[in-house]
Amino acid sequence: MNEHQLDHAKEQIKERVDEVDKSLPVGTSGVQKNRKKSKKVRSDVKVLQVNNLQVSFRTYGGEVEAVRGVSFDLHQGETLAIVGESGCGKSVTSNAIMGLIPKPAGIIKNGRVLFKGKELTNMSKPQLRKIQGVDISMIFQDPMTALNPTLTIGEQLTEGLRTHKKVSKQDAKQKAIEMLELVGIPNPTERLKQFPHQFSGGMRQRIVIAIALICEPELLIADEPTTALDVTIQAQILELFEEIQQKTDISIILITHDLGVVAKIADRIAVMYAGKIVEIGDKRAIFYTPEHPYTKGLLNSVPRLDLVEEELQPIEGTPPDLFSPPQGCPFTARCPYAMEVCDHVYPSTTTKSDTHAVDCWLQDERAKVLQELS
Amino acid sequence: MQKYIIKRFLMMIATILIIATLTFVLMHLIPGSPFEGERTTNPTIQANLEKFYKLDEPLHVQYLSYLKSIVTFDFGPSIKKPNESVNDLLARGFPISFELGMVTILVALLSGIILGTIAALRHNGLIDYFAMTFAVIGISVPNFVLATLLIQQLAVTWDLLPAATWSSPLHMVLPVIALATGPTAIIARLTRSSMLEVLTQDYIKMARAKGLSPVRIIIRHALRNALMPVVTILGTMLAGILTGTFVIERIFAIPGMGKYFVESINNRDYPVIMGTTVFYSAFLVFMLFIVDIVYGLLDPRIKLHRKEGDA
Amino acid sequence: MTNSQEVVSPQHVKDEWFRPLPKKQGSAETVVRPSLSYWKDAWRRLRKNKLAMGGLIFLILLMLFAVFGPIFSPYSVTATDYPSQNQPPSAAHWFGTDEAGRDVFTRTWYGARISIFVGVMAALIDFFIGIIYGGISGYKGGRTDSFMMRVVEVLYGLPHLLVVILLMVIMGASLTTIIVALTVTGWVGMARIVRGQVLQIKNYEFVTASKSFGAKSSRIIRKNLLPNTMGPIIVQMTLTVPSAIFAEAFLSFLGLGIAAPFASWGVMANDALPVILSGHWWRLFFPALFISLTMFAFNVLGDGLQDALDPKLRR
Repeated sequence: MNEHQLDHAKEQIKERVDEVDKSLPVGTSGVQKNRKKSKKVRSDVKVLQVNNLQVSFRTYGGEVEAVRGVSFDLHQGETLAIVGESGCGKSVTSNAIMGLIPKPAGIIKNGRVLFKGKELTNMSKPQLRKIQGVDISMIFQDPMTALNPTLTIGEQLTEGLRTHKKVSKQDAKQKAIEMLELVGIPNPTERLKQFPHQFSGGMRQRIVIAIALICEPELLIADEPTTALDVTIQAQILELFEEIQQKTDISIILITHDLGVVAKIADRIAVMYAGKIVEIGDKRAIFYTPEHPYTKGLLNSVPRLDLVEEELQPIEGTPPDLFSPPQGCPFTARCPYAMEVCDHVYPSTTTKSDTHAVDCWLQDERAKVLQELS
Repeated sequence: MQKYIIKRFLMMIATILIIATLTFVLMHLIPGSPFEGERTTNPTIQANLEKFYKLDEPLHVQYLSYLKSIVTFDFGPSIKKPNESVNDLLARGFPISFELGMVTILVALLSGIILGTIAALRHNGLIDYFAMTFAVIGISVPNFVLATLLIQQLAVTWDLLPAATWSSPLHMVLPVIALATGPTAIIARLTRSSMLEVLTQDYIKMARAKGLSPVRIIIRHALRNALMPVVTILGTMLAGILTGTFVIERIFAIPGMGKYFVESINNRDYPVIMGTTVFYSAFLVFMLFIVDIVYGLLDPRIKLHRKEGDA
Repeated sequence: MTNSQEVVSPQHVKDEWFRPLPKKQGSAETVVRPSLSYWKDAWRRLRKNKLAMGGLIFLILLMLFAVFGPIFSPYSVTATDYPSQNQPPSAAHWFGTDEAGRDVFTRTWYGARISIFVGVMAALIDFFIGIIYGGISGYKGGRTDSFMMRVVEVLYGLPHLLVVILLMVIMGASLTTIIVALTVTGWVGMARIVRGQVLQIKNYEFVTASKSFGAKSSRIIRKNLLPNTMGPIIVQMTLTVPSAIFAEAFLSFLGLGIAAPFASWGVMANDALPVILSGHWWRLFFPALFISLTMFAFNVLGDGLQDALDPKLRR
């Protein structure tokens, strides 16, 4: 980010903060509003490649297979949303990328995580620390607990910068003030000396974002960044994300269970269920032509402005126990279209287009014949 | 902050007042007067007592004069020791007890915090297991038992350390170990459990995600928050240590206030009992007050700022 | 997008598998762990904690011995037998004898009766006063609450053992006065906890809601809330016992214990002090051992209960 860009960004953000977005970030209103953004040219540079990632946790009750073979790529400047119910492994996936799987309980059993070609999963801790916070940053769900209550905002903003880049105290402070301005916090110079409890939830989340961005990372992982916030504040924070992305070309992985958030800022969407990505595709494909019954179920359980007459339909049942995950498709027990084959074998991936792929037996020719018959 | 200090200060005064009143009332509940008749044999003492406690005046005058004497730190004469006042005893004994108590609490804080932190960092590991076993044993073994064991083994059987009196740093070792083990165990347990809780907090995860070194995360982010509960129990812990000195001083023949106090209990020297109780209570309540203020300084959430931000 | 190793490779999938799966009713629900009742669940977790169970078993054995031990002993607690004074442990006197020739084994079990009685009574009385005071304070709320809690705060600041010593000096040493002195200062902590729990119950939204429906609220409180809120209170009671036992021993040590010829563990330990250096180790060893073991057992049991009853840790 150079000076000019920064100034421009500041201006834009002030405008955004002023005109509070009253519209709920749900449904397709968001999709339409951002359609221009989806057309943005996709960069060829792959920032992150995740390949067959498998993560397990040893607990007293046995081994939980939290992530069971997840693969995806992330391009520069792209926002990938990972969507799914709680416990589906989306947060574990992001923690694994970040190198934050708690040892010795958590183990990466298999798979590779390549950040700009560098393998992260077998990196030593000191090596990893040179990437954490500098090249990859993370934002946590609850801004009320993500800031240390006993340190000033200034200390928490500058410590990453001062650890990783040999910056003088004065320069670090200057940079911190710039970052607070960027995320739209008024009177940044005085605010630096204050403690987290003196800020509101939305303000705290802005500070968390500022901390994540201060070292100018290339990849930002946001784990439910707006879940704990009011709806209006949510909208503001999402716009801040868009704004920052336009200015810095940062890649974002957005972990969420909220399809409204996804509709607003994602380029691509990965739907996770029981530790697997069951469908992945660009936003339009997932919203308009979902293939997996689980994706369809998710969409039907969310209020949509374009389908007023249809009733909301929650997906019945609960996800399977990951202590002993089923051999076949994990969604079988809840799937309205379940076939015998689903119980026996996990479906292979069907590619619908360059950017759209799904793991479902309904894609099989034989299933289609059967369905037409019945 | 000011409002907080004033509130705490008023509570301190109230507590001291309650203790003073309680001692006064209790002394007057003793059948007959504790200061009269066959309890004293010495006419000089009897005269001193009557003068000090204004025994010929009505009760409320006695009470007010008693309160006044407490405010001026004058605790009156002793019954058993002619020509000695409670103040003389305090002046002689308290510095030694204070030294014993302070060394103990420093040792307990330092070793307890280190032990608790290591145990938390090696959660469910071997060190954790041993540290916590030590802690439960430390809490369970009364200090007088430990003191006797230490004398028996280290001083008598092995002859490594002096067993009695208070004349050199070497003499401090055994009494301090005996007195500090319990508090060390309590601090270690508390540090461990609060450290474990702090380590699961999002801000620790965030500090990790910033790529900070583990040492920095522990010292700067975790320890400061984890030690808050430890600060809050320091006051009550000090009370435990101070009452513990009564026993320890007796066992190790240390000429501190505890020794005089136990003596006064055994020969029912009521003015000394009253004076020491009020003095020690006031001292402890004052320490509690100090601890509360220190806590307020450590935790920014308690401060009352002029500008409250938009929170 | 997945490379996971399939048991059956997709090429070998049989055509006849492509027919709709008959709907198993409630099949999705079966994966949920069967929910146990609160107490059963707590008991299950407590049983897994070996140390706490060890403590519990020790305490049960100790109580049995305290009740029945002296019956099987041929010696009397109080009768003196000067010819056989100061004997080390032997077949006749398992724990040796004291300076009056009394059997230490027998006296240890009598000491257990007294120490445990003091501890349990103190915990029970604390519990009743605490329930009433804390209950009223929490239930009434408002000004009553803030006044009552201000009182508690001031009392909490009192150095308890000093007040207990003062009371004991005035009232004279006896079993009753020890218990009275301990509970006069001890109930404060319990009152605080009870109040906190009452406030928690009041805050459950469905309690407020069920008030308007009347009928079922007492059932809800009894069935769902009381068990959850009893946890901290039970833990506090378990931890009061060892601290009362310690306080009693401490007071005995200062010469404020119950008078000879009866004995608590603390009195026995205190009596043993002057003779410990003349080699009569058994005089101190046995009472000290049992004080320590009992406190240890109560502490580990209290810790275990704390973990077992904590709703946050339910799994």
